Amino acid sequence: MKLIDRARMKSPWVLHYNSGSCNGCDIEIFACMTPMYDLERFGIVNVGNPKHADVLLVTGPVTYRGARVLRNLYEQMPSPKAVVAVGTCACSGGVFRNCYNCIGGVDKVIPVDVYVPGCAAKPEAIIEGVLMAVERMSEHTPLKRGK
Amino acid sequence: MAVKTILPFGPQHPVLPEPIQLRITLEDENIGQVLPALGYVHRGIEKAGENNDYPLNVFLVERICGICSATHGLAYCLAVERLLGIEPPPRANYLRVVWAELHRLHSHLLWWGLLADAFGFESLFMQIWRVREMVMDVLEKTAGNRVIISVNAIGGVRRDLSEEQISEMLHTLEECEKQLYALLPVMLNDYTVKKRTAGKGVLTSEQALRLGVVGPTLRASGVAQDLRMTGYAAYGELGFEPIVEQGGDCYARAVVRARECFQTIELVRRALQQLPDGDILTKPRGNPNGKAIVRVEAPRGELMYFVVGNGTKNLERMRVRTPTLANVPALLEMLPGAEFADIPVITLSIDPCISCTER
Ligand code: SF4
Repeated sequence: MKLIDRARMKSPWVLHYNSGSCNGCDIEIFACMTPMYDLERFGIVNVGNPKHADVLLVTGPVTYRGARVLRNLYEQMPSPKAVVAVGTCACSGGVFRNCYNCIGGVDKVIPVDVYVPGCAAKPEAIIEGVLMAVERMSEHTPLKRGK
Repeated sequence: MAVKTILPFGPQHPVLPEPIQLRITLEDENIGQVLPALGYVHRGIEKAGENNDYPLNVFLVERICGICSATHGLAYCLAVERLLGIEPPPRANYLRVVWAELHRLHSHLLWWGLLADAFGFESLFMQIWRVREMVMDVLEKTAGNRVIISVNAIGGVRRDLSEEQISEMLHTLEECEKQLYALLPVMLNDYTVKKRTAGKGVLTSEQALRLGVVGPTLRASGVAQDLRMTGYAAYGELGFEPIVEQGGDCYARAVVRARECFQTIELVRRALQQLPDGDILTKPRGNPNGKAIVRVEAPRGELMYFVVGNGTKNLERMRVRTPTLANVPALLEMLPGAEFADIPVITLSIDPCISCTER
C-alpha cells in the first residue's frame, strides 16, 4: 500500500471534464501539457479513463445535462481522489450565473478541493491548483497519517 | 457476416475537448449510421442576454466560445452599432482586425495541434503548440489576457496599441512565421499526415453547397466564399483574397488552415502598417431600437448575429447562428462508410465547437 501511495503523490494522473464551459479554460488545460508549461515534469499525466485518474479537473458552470455525467465520473474514480474546479465559472457560475440551464458551480454537484479562479484561468494557476490538490490528497492517505 | 455494434463516442472522450455524444452503428470496422446527441453544453446564453443591459452583453457573448471570443465580441458590437447608428473610428476598425486575426491564428494553430494529436503525431502537436504560445504571449501583452481578450466595446475598442507594442508584435509575428515555415514541410508532406488525412471524409463542392457548409470546410471543397470579402471592419482596405483548395478531403481542410495561418500573419502586418491615427472609441448614446443582422467570418466559418432592440437598455432578443451548426450535417454525411479508426480525424476536420453550437 505504502508504495502505491507514494507513487500516486509523485505521479498524479488527471482527468479533464468540460461541464459546459466556453472552452477558454479547456484550452488552457491543454496548454499546460505543452512544452511551454509541461505538466509532465511533475509526473502529471492526462488520462481518458476515470478509473485510472487521481485528480479530476472540471471546467464550466455545470449544466443540468452535464451534471449526471460529472457525478458518474466522480464516482468511478478510485479513492483517494481530489477535484479541482478550474475557472471562475466552475467556482461560482461566473458570467453564466443567470443562465437558466446552469447549476452554477461544481461544488453544488460534487465536493471540490481546490478552486482555481480566473477567466480564463492561467496555465500557471492551473498547475499550482493541481499541485495543491495532490498535497491535500496526501494528507488523507495512510502514508502521511502514519507519521 | 458483418457484426453490428452500437458504440457511444463521448460525451467524455480524450480526443474530444467538449462533451458531445455520437452514437455510432458499426458494421465490422465500417461506420453505418451516426446519430449525434447534443445538449451537454447548453447554458441558455441567448436568454441571459435579454436580462443584461446591452453593454454588459459584450462580456457574455465573448464567453459563448473561448477560442473565437474576439469574433463573437466583434459581431455583437457591429450589430448593436448598426442599431444605434454609430460608426467606430477608423483606428478602432484596424485594431479590431488585428485582434480578430490574431485569434484566428491561435485557433488554427490549436486545431492543427489537435489534428496531429488525433492521429498520434505527438511531436508535431507539441511543436505547433509551442509556436502558438508566442501568439498567446502577444495577446497577453497587448490585451491583458490570454484567451478571453475582451478588446471590443460598443463603438470601438477598449485598448490602444503603443508604437512599442506594435514593433514588438511585428517582431514576434516574424519569428512565428519563421518557425511555422520550418514546420510546414512536416505539416503538409509528411507520410503519416498524408496517410491519415488524404482521401478521408471527402466532400464535393456540390455536396458542400447543398448542405450549406461554411468556413475552411467549404473553401477546402473548392468554393471561394469568405465573409471577409464583404469588407466589414477594415477588411475592405486590406486587399483580402480567400484561400481555396480543391481536394475536399481532410487533407485539403488541413492545407486551407495552414495557408490561412500565413495569410493571417500577413493581414495583421498590413493592418499594423496602415494603422491610422486618432480615437479608438465613439461613445454610444441612447438605447438600441430596431433589428440588425451581422455576418462575420469566425475561424470556423460564418457567424451570424441577429439582435432586436426595443428602445430600452435591455435587448428584446439576441440570436446567434454559429459555424459548427452549419457543418454538422456535412459531418453526418462524411462519416458513414468511413473506417472506425478515422472517426477522430474526420470529426476534427470540421473543427467542431460545441460550446458555440449549443450556447
Ligand atoms: S471561467 Fe471564463 S474562460 Fe473559463 S470556462 Fe468559464 S467562462 Fe470560459
